[in-house]
Amino acid sequence: MNVKLLKLLSKNARYTVNELSVMTGLSEEQVKAEVDEMERDGLIRGYKAVIDWERLDSAMVSAIIELKVEPQPDVGFEQIADEVKKYPEVETVYLMSGGYDLCVIVKGKTFQEVAMFVAKQLAPMKYVVSTATHFILRRYKELDIELIGDETDDREKISF
Amino acid sequence: MIDYNKLLNPTVLEIKPSGIRKFFDIAAEMDDVISLGVGEPDFQTPWHIRQAGIKSLQDGKTKYTSNWGLIELRKAVADYMKEQSGVSYDPQHEILISVGGSEAIDAAIRAIVGAGDEVLIVEPSFVCYGPIVRLAGGVPVAIPTKAENRFRLTAEELKAHITDKTKLLVLPYPGNPTGAIMEREDLEDIAEVLRDTSIAVISDEIYSELTYTGNRHCSISSIDGMKERTVVINGFSKAYSMTGWRMGYACGPEPILSQMTKIHQFAIMSAPTTSQYAAIEALKNGRNDIEKMVEEYDMRRRLMVNGFRNLGLDCFEPQGAFYAFPSIKSSGMSSEEFCEKLLYSKKVAIVPGNAFGESGEGYVRASYCYSVSHIKEALRRIGEFLEDIKK
Repeated sequence: MNVKLLKLLSKNARYTVNELSVMTGLSEEQVKAEVDEMERDGLIRGYKAVIDWERLDSAMVSAIIELKVEPQPDVGFEQIADEVKKYPEVETVYLMSGGYDLCVIVKGKTFQEVAMFVAKQLAPMKYVVSTATHFILRRYKELDIELIGDETDDREKISF
Repeated sequence: MIDYNKLLNPTVLEIKPSGIRKFFDIAAEMDDVISLGVGEPDFQTPWHIRQAGIKSLQDGKTKYTSNWGLIELRKAVADYMKEQSGVSYDPQHEILISVGGSEAIDAAIRAIVGAGDEVLIVEPSFVCYGPIVRLAGGVPVAIPTKAENRFRLTAEELKAHITDKTKLLVLPYPGNPTGAIMEREDLEDIAEVLRDTSIAVISDEIYSELTYTGNRHCSISSIDGMKERTVVINGFSKAYSMTGWRMGYACGPEPILSQMTKIHQFAIMSAPTTSQYAAIEALKNGRNDIEKMVEEYDMRRRLMVNGFRNLGLDCFEPQGAFYAFPSIKSSGMSSEEFCEKLLYSKKVAIVPGNAFGESGEGYVRASYCYSVSHIKEALRRIGEFLEDIKK
């Protein structure tokens, strides 16, 4: 495992092997081997682009669903989380501290579609006590990347 | 009609605005310039430090402080100096809080240098020392350093420039624009030359937190016999990304510092109060921020040096600050010509090396205070430029 590589990849998964090698001081062979190893090992789970979907007419809508769940003997929340995460509509599932148990991010083509998914699929699930649906209206920043506005540089163009 | 040439102080008139100024103005007015030209961090001041400034305003801390600066801040500086270099300074009489490192440099030079005194300035280096020495009536004497010595000052070079008029040595490491550092052994050699003289040292250590190759910064003040003759200049601009706060300080022996504080008292009164409160927070809780920024700079440093080398330029490996200083001698152009043509044809702004002293001729300074994608784009354009001029 190489934390430096992980940090770099978490910032930009598209750095080339050569760039990663230069920036970390590892050889290209070492970078390849480390990354392969971390992928095989499951430490690196995948690579995705951060996209400003709102620019598309066909933009998807998302909602954060708070699920209150009755934990089960022995398995606690694991089983229900496992079931919830299998739906392709479900993008994210977290176990939470505080006022509710599972945070589920669901996406769909329309508000209606998401609402119906919650009503028909999540709410009736065994052990789900209640749901609260919060639609995401605007995304300002996702995975450290700002989605709105261009970064500005206030500095002079040249200074000593 | 008033004759301003008669009105104005001839010493000031003689100080030519750097020839580079014109080049700066062209760059400033050009659109879509991709710049590697700045001498300040791209990071925002860490939020907790900004909050400390805001809180001081909310609490109504809007008055002058002591001329020397807030005692709490001076104590924090004393602790920091002790921890960093092992040198103890008395927060009451040996530490002055200044308006950026620049003001401390000005006060130190004015406190030490009088008419006709020679001041040795290690070059290529930051642009302010010579003009301030002139304003004080002194004579700046450049000591050029060389790439083959990794831009370090050698004892021989120092000895060769000392005369019976030499009053002061300005030692600017880690260095802008070269990124050079001086290690303990190098400083021991310098100390050996100075030990039996009465030459003072201004050690400008503003980049002391930004070193990359495992060599932590070493201050000449920590070497035997040097504290009594050395004024250490440091500040918050580079380490904590606080350029706009204008916060610096000087540490040195009481007889020098008390005279500096006299100058500071009459010229400045006291450093900005809001900034002083923010600076206390920076020293007390800013260690992690520095580490994060250093890690980021280091990656960019490697990327940039490697980039220049891949373009076929000789590039000394900088070990501190946040600049690369590649040689452009292979282009057959002067530094200024190179930078001007690069700016006009590819809209990339970098600084000609001769802006930092004659010995910087043949080099250019590129800052890596920019995002990786920005650096990559600038390097790509410089690559195109180098191809074009080969034709």
